[in-house]
Amino acid sequence: MTTTLLPEGWELIVGLEVHAELATATKMFSAAPNMFGDDPNTNIDPVTLGLPGSLPVLNEKAVELAIRLGLAVHCSVEPSVFSRKNYFYPDMPKDFQISQYDKPINVDGWLELPDGTVIGIERAHLEEDTGKSSHMGGDGRIHGASHSLVDYNRAGVPLLEIVSRPDIRTPDQAKAYVSELRSILVATGASDGKMEEGSMRVDANVSVHHPGEPFGTRCEIKNLNSLRSLGRAIEYEARRQVDVLEAGETIRQETRHWNEAEGRTSTMRVKEDADDYRYFPEPDLVPLAPSAEWIEQIRADLPPMPAERRARLAAAAGVPKTTDSVAVIVERDLDGLALATLELGADPGRVLVHVEQNLSGDGSAELRPDLLAALIALETGGELTATQAKQVLADVVATGADPAEVAKAKGFEAMSSDALFTAIDEIIAGSPDEWERFRTGDQKARGKLTGFFVGQVMKATRGQADGGAVTARLNELAAG
Amino acid sequence: MSGSALELAAAVRRGTRSAVDVLDEHRAAIEATELQIHAFNLVTAAEARAAAEEVDRTVAAGDDPGPLAGVPIALKDNLCTRGIPTTCSSKILDGWLPPYDATVVQRLAAAGAVPIGKTNLDEFAMGSSTENSAFGPTRNPRDLTRVPGGSSGGSAAAVAAGFAPLSLGSDTGGSIRQPAALCGVVGVKPTYGRVSRYGLIAFASSLDQIGPFANTVADAAQLLEVIAGHDPRDSTSIPEGPPAVSEHLLDGVDGLRVGVVTELLGEGIAPDVAARVREAAEALAAAGAKVEEASVPAAIYGLSAYYLIAPAEASSNLARFDGVRYGLRVNAPTTNEMMIATRTAGFGAEVKRRIMLGTYALSAGYYDAYYGQAQRVRTLIARDFAAAYEQFDVLLSPTSPTTAFAFGDKTADPLTMYLNDVCTIPSNLVGDPAMSVPFGTGADGLPVGVQVLAPALAEATMFRTAAVLEGAAP
Amino acid sequence: MSDRISRDAVAHVARLANLALTDDELDTYTAQLADVLAHAADVEALDLAGVEPTTHPYPLTNVLRADVVGPTLDRDEVLAAAPAVADDRFSVPTILGEAP
Repeated sequence: MTTTLLPEGWELIVGLEVHAELATATKMFSAAPNMFGDDPNTNIDPVTLGLPGSLPVLNEKAVELAIRLGLAVHCSVEPSVFSRKNYFYPDMPKDFQISQYDKPINVDGWLELPDGTVIGIERAHLEEDTGKSSHMGGDGRIHGASHSLVDYNRAGVPLLEIVSRPDIRTPDQAKAYVSELRSILVATGASDGKMEEGSMRVDANVSVHHPGEPFGTRCEIKNLNSLRSLGRAIEYEARRQVDVLEAGETIRQETRHWNEAEGRTSTMRVKEDADDYRYFPEPDLVPLAPSAEWIEQIRADLPPMPAERRARLAAAAGVPKTTDSVAVIVERDLDGLALATLELGADPGRVLVHVEQNLSGDGSAELRPDLLAALIALETGGELTATQAKQVLADVVATGADPAEVAKAKGFEAMSSDALFTAIDEIIAGSPDEWERFRTGDQKARGKLTGFFVGQVMKATRGQADGGAVTARLNELAAG
Repeated sequence: MSGSALELAAAVRRGTRSAVDVLDEHRAAIEATELQIHAFNLVTAAEARAAAEEVDRTVAAGDDPGPLAGVPIALKDNLCTRGIPTTCSSKILDGWLPPYDATVVQRLAAAGAVPIGKTNLDEFAMGSSTENSAFGPTRNPRDLTRVPGGSSGGSAAAVAAGFAPLSLGSDTGGSIRQPAALCGVVGVKPTYGRVSRYGLIAFASSLDQIGPFANTVADAAQLLEVIAGHDPRDSTSIPEGPPAVSEHLLDGVDGLRVGVVTELLGEGIAPDVAARVREAAEALAAAGAKVEEASVPAAIYGLSAYYLIAPAEASSNLARFDGVRYGLRVNAPTTNEMMIATRTAGFGAEVKRRIMLGTYALSAGYYDAYYGQAQRVRTLIARDFAAAYEQFDVLLSPTSPTTAFAFGDKTADPLTMYLNDVCTIPSNLVGDPAMSVPFGTGADGLPVGVQVLAPALAEATMFRTAAVLEGAAP
Repeated sequence: MSDRISRDAVAHVARLANLALTDDELDTYTAQLADVLAHAADVEALDLAGVEPTTHPYPLTNVLRADVVGPTLDRDEVLAAAPAVADDRFSVPTILGEAP
């Protein structure tokens, strides 16, 4: 990926911290339900509220899901320890957060983006979520509010914080990373990955520097609730930092808030020396040391991850694994259909095109591979044009009928070569200027005009012409 | 009144005495002298009556209410009791009604015991004299001009005064054993993890342990058996059932190897107290034990390590008292100011002192020198005890360096007060069990306690040693 | 006054702990904390390189709970104990800063 984002000589450095709520039935340290959207303060027990005398007990499922995700992103699963992070805040019932600090459960992993870029993962550790404050009397924001109301339903929900290495260089890469991570979270069953419900939250550490020099001072951007926000915020922040630096000023290490409506980041809190969280090992919890057997059993139960599925599909179709259609098909969970259709000997190119472009609606996933293969056979046998095949496919998906019968019912039959050539000749005669430029122009011009002529022929034949055949005839005629 | 809990329970189970009658007798004792002693923050007369009546109904129906049937028991006011005020003797929790019961409270109910009230303590169990209570001090029933010890001073006094044959306390650095010694009753700190801490309002999580007070070693053994045993709600709970202590109480000490800890019998220990410990050792020898001097060199570092670790954990445990969810709130324009105003008004001087000390010990730049170092010292002390237990089955020491001291004697200088815990602290740091048994009196005629220490899980050995001392006490 | 801890350090610690101290209290606490820290000099002076810290007196690992929903508290009972509530939630005055 190249970028023209920043002025010459500047490079963007991004590291992402993704907080994923784990898909458990209960909270990290107690049996209160882990449920989004319930009435305020209903999913609470003594532990959730941090009542005096309450004690945490670790949820086995949260550990298993953490290990699943860890293994899926090639982390090493280590003996770990929970610590207390001490700071006062009303949405944190104990005024400390239980989090893995110097001994996280997962370390040193990586994931591969669809374009082949590898992003390092420093750690993926367990911690508990906080409650939720609603700010009243202002415009819903913390500033200007007269008071705040706290709901502890979310307090204690298990979180996995996945910290990337600063390997990300563009906003698009950041989006691709989060998208890939979300797919992995969903594939492992670790999280539902719903950014809109807050079950996946992203903070971005952004800095800029001149390549070859040390990384610049970074700012942490919060409130990134969508992939779109993530991309825009990084882009804005990178430009802001370059402007500051080019004006001869310095970047202050701080946390910044992304305002989606205004399209800008603003200072939220400056990192101070007073940020002293007094971490120490949580005495109410004992060390966690998953056995090798447990880890291997979890590994054995893992479904294939998106990168592996992309590689498998690409290999079966004989295309590079970075092919866009491959990524799209896996993203839509249609790679099973594509692979089964390929196994029946269908033309790989047509399989990828149909599955990527013509199978987005309901029922697509249930399409029988043999029907798709039969359709493609009609197409490659010259009995259906690409356009006709698309129409037939829509009916096949809807009805489950045999493609040949659908084609017959629609009155589709392949155009004879004579009829096609006549139609082409008529179009050429009616567009002499375009034809001259097609004949004499360079590769680029010819490419552009191919589109024009194919379109005209299609229009004239009401879609019965085969685009490939038209192109071949045009080139034949031009060559004289 | 010094009724045996075991005898009372037996009578109630047989139906020869009613639980209500037993309760009334103890309530009369409370009414007679509680105003002078102030063992209780709250006497739960109505709830106790209901519980006693339930026990009597059970007996009448031909069922067994349990091993503590109808026995009144006083609970330290840092144990959560559903719907009953639980204050930690702090203004910050004044009026709070916990919505749940501590595990030990549930187990007492299941055993037929009758809780009769919540006892006074040093605020959040921080102190050795019960003078740090926000609700005024408790007086020592043996001498009203003296402190009962602390922090479980109310629980010790309640048993010593005959208000209840049993009580529960919590012991973080000696808070059961030291007041037991000063009030002349039996006090037990079990192995860390023996008794569930669920529902015990934490002072220092890695040191706190709930344990019994009783007039007799046998009563204490029965109470321990009721409250001990694995609890899935406490991650540090040892995955074993309660220790079988009572059945070995009369096994004696013939052949037992007993070590008298040299480091805990030297400087700072009053001569009359030291003399009683020597007598106790002789009594064990006379009963067939093999008694020798024992050395636990690192024990001398216990006090320093404790006064870094316990405040550090406390500073974090007590952060939750912020005026948001329960307890006191002092209003202020912003949440941060409200939290500061609430905590400043709600905590007493000793609690603030320890919170600040602990915050400092954990803070950036000092963690390694203080908290980290103290945790390493803990390892050192544990090694020395382990080495000693290769040669000895149990160890012996004073419980407290002196007998009960006068009010105000040690409040001016916190460090002087802290020195009181020198003999009891090592067991908390290591997690081993220890108990105090009354053994005669000091030069002032006040009770002296002898401490029996044992390796982790060896409560049975500890108790049978204590039983011999009890029988031999002057 | 001792050099074990400064008055400024005590003031800083009080801020971290959300406690307000008067000037007199600050003096008193500085002296008292200095005494305790001076006593801890014996521990500070030990060379304990290579000695593992003990965080739990009784060594247990992997204490885990099955992911099964248990009882919750009654909201009304819990809110009745709170200093201020509104709309079934805990009410607090203006919050000045965002969470870290």
